[in-house]
Amino acid sequence: MTTGQQTEQELYRSEPAVYVYEAPVRLWHWINALCVIVLCVTGYFIGSPLPTMPGEASDHFLMGYIRFAHFSAGYVLAIGFLYRIFWAFMGNHHARQLFILPITNRHWWKGVLHEAKWYAFLTKEPHKYIGHNPLALLFMHVMLVWGTVFMIFTGFALYGEGTGMGSWQYEWFSSWIIPLFGQSQDVHTWHHLVMWVIICFIIIHVYVAIREDIMSRQSMISTMVSGWRTFKDNRAVDDES
Amino acid sequence: MTETFYEVMRRQGITRRSFIKYCSLTATALGLGPTFIPKIAHAMETKPRIPILWLHGLECTCCSESFIRSAHPLAKDVILSMVSLDYDDTIMAAAGHQAEAIVEETIEKYSGNYILAVEGNPPLNQDGMSCIIGGKPFLDQLTHAAEHCKAIISWGSCASYGCVQAAAPNPTQATPVHKVIHNKPIIKVPGCPPIAEVMTAVVTYILTFERMPELDRQGRPKMFYSQRIHDKCYRRPHFDAGQFVESWDDDAARKGYCLYKMGCKGPTTYNACSTIRWNEGTSFPIQAGHGCIGCSEDGFWDKGSWYARLTDIPQFGVEANADKVGATAAAVVGTATVAHIAASAVKRAMQKGDQES
Repeated sequence: MTTGQQTEQELYRSEPAVYVYEAPVRLWHWINALCVIVLCVTGYFIGSPLPTMPGEASDHFLMGYIRFAHFSAGYVLAIGFLYRIFWAFMGNHHARQLFILPITNRHWWKGVLHEAKWYAFLTKEPHKYIGHNPLALLFMHVMLVWGTVFMIFTGFALYGEGTGMGSWQYEWFSSWIIPLFGQSQDVHTWHHLVMWVIICFIIIHVYVAIREDIMSRQSMISTMVSGWRTFKDNRAVDDES
Repeated sequence: MTETFYEVMRRQGITRRSFIKYCSLTATALGLGPTFIPKIAHAMETKPRIPILWLHGLECTCCSESFIRSAHPLAKDVILSMVSLDYDDTIMAAAGHQAEAIVEETIEKYSGNYILAVEGNPPLNQDGMSCIIGGKPFLDQLTHAAEHCKAIISWGSCASYGCVQAAAPNPTQATPVHKVIHNKPIIKVPGCPPIAEVMTAVVTYILTFERMPELDRQGRPKMFYSQRIHDKCYRRPHFDAGQFVESWDDDAARKGYCLYKMGCKGPTTYNACSTIRWNEGTSFPIQAGHGCIGCSEDGFWDKGSWYARLTDIPQFGVEANADKVGATAAAVVGTATVAHIAASAVKRAMQKGDQES
């Protein structure tokens, strides 16, 4: 196939690597990943607590520690997300890509279709991209960006119930989000459901990252570690820019 | 001129000393400092009684039952005589046309000055025929009385949110008061029923200060509905420690551990039960060993089960909670991923085979 048809010399002449993800983006990615794992695990145990603790209440603070971990990780995730938005303005154009869907761009939609075909085994070869491929961008923008926004807003609305009326968390989030959903229990249910959406996202995200690393025409996992995108062939890239 | 509150109370044989005691207790109940005692006394001595029309729509009268059991020593005697309760079909002596005539009389005489207390709600389906008062739909009586009132008190979860008659599928389309009346200030005092002392305190506050108590965004008095049951629950230390009742007859239930796993809605319910409690501060549901059912929250009948932490989500006629729905979705995604991995591996192997041949 493609790689098979290339000679070793051609491979040596592959395009030079491109510096895609700057340090703040990479750092955010891995901190965010860690936070999401902590949030999912602790969040699950807040909804379905561990078996009861024996002895005196004063000897334990298990639920307290689980909730503390959840709230701390939530704060780190929220602040990290704000920083990530800030970096979208400050960083290179790849740092902006995640936040903007080029929905009016016909070429981009064709790209989405082509990648979908590639994943449905209907085409022989994926396109080649410096940034995110269109299908990945669509998926990450909808699930990750909006999922995170949803979880930050509903999360702070629930947290504000504990800090109480008058606290900024309550005034900014709980005071309007809780009535918007109906009542507190509804916000809990939606916060819980979207956790599962994010878990589904993680399963797919990790799988396709590995798969792309092996089967696509550019590097994937190492790029999120080093920031450099490398390529497996020297033909033209398909990014719009 | 109508009598003042003080005159009424004295006429009822209440001593000056008892009256001052009442004022100080009311000040405490409202969370006011001692300096407010003379202010309340002064207001009681000088202000004429405020007429109240107490209407009953689609409801069970549990709000009235709660109200007349106000543990406050003077509430029964004082509040009911204090306010000029001109119309309350459940507890008034008059009946039939006489009773209905009083409504008209009050509306005419005190137009723009009376308080409209609504217990229950109007059903809108079948032209409101599911609740008939004096031969007419309750909706007519409500909109007519609301037109001329000063403010509305929505007693209980029926008037505030709809309660059981508005639970899915809501056959009569029972509708809370604020969705029918839009041009009057409305205080919601939710609960099924609301706590007696909360009800009397809300009335007393309005009478004393001639204004509404401070309300939250949903229209509930902040002084009673700003915290969750969970925030002030005496079993909270067991929650923080991770000590839960796992079944109704286990050792933890006998020891009085947290009822969170048994579906207690304390963490999502705004009310004053864990501080004021019920029946002269005797107890409240959690103290009696049963979880809170969240009766002062919007649509609590449809947020079940009352005995599970996670709410049932009806879908395709099967009930499942967020964990079941989510875990199923994750399992489907996981299985699809594994299938895709296998397909990818097969395809790659076939391609390699092609290249070699």
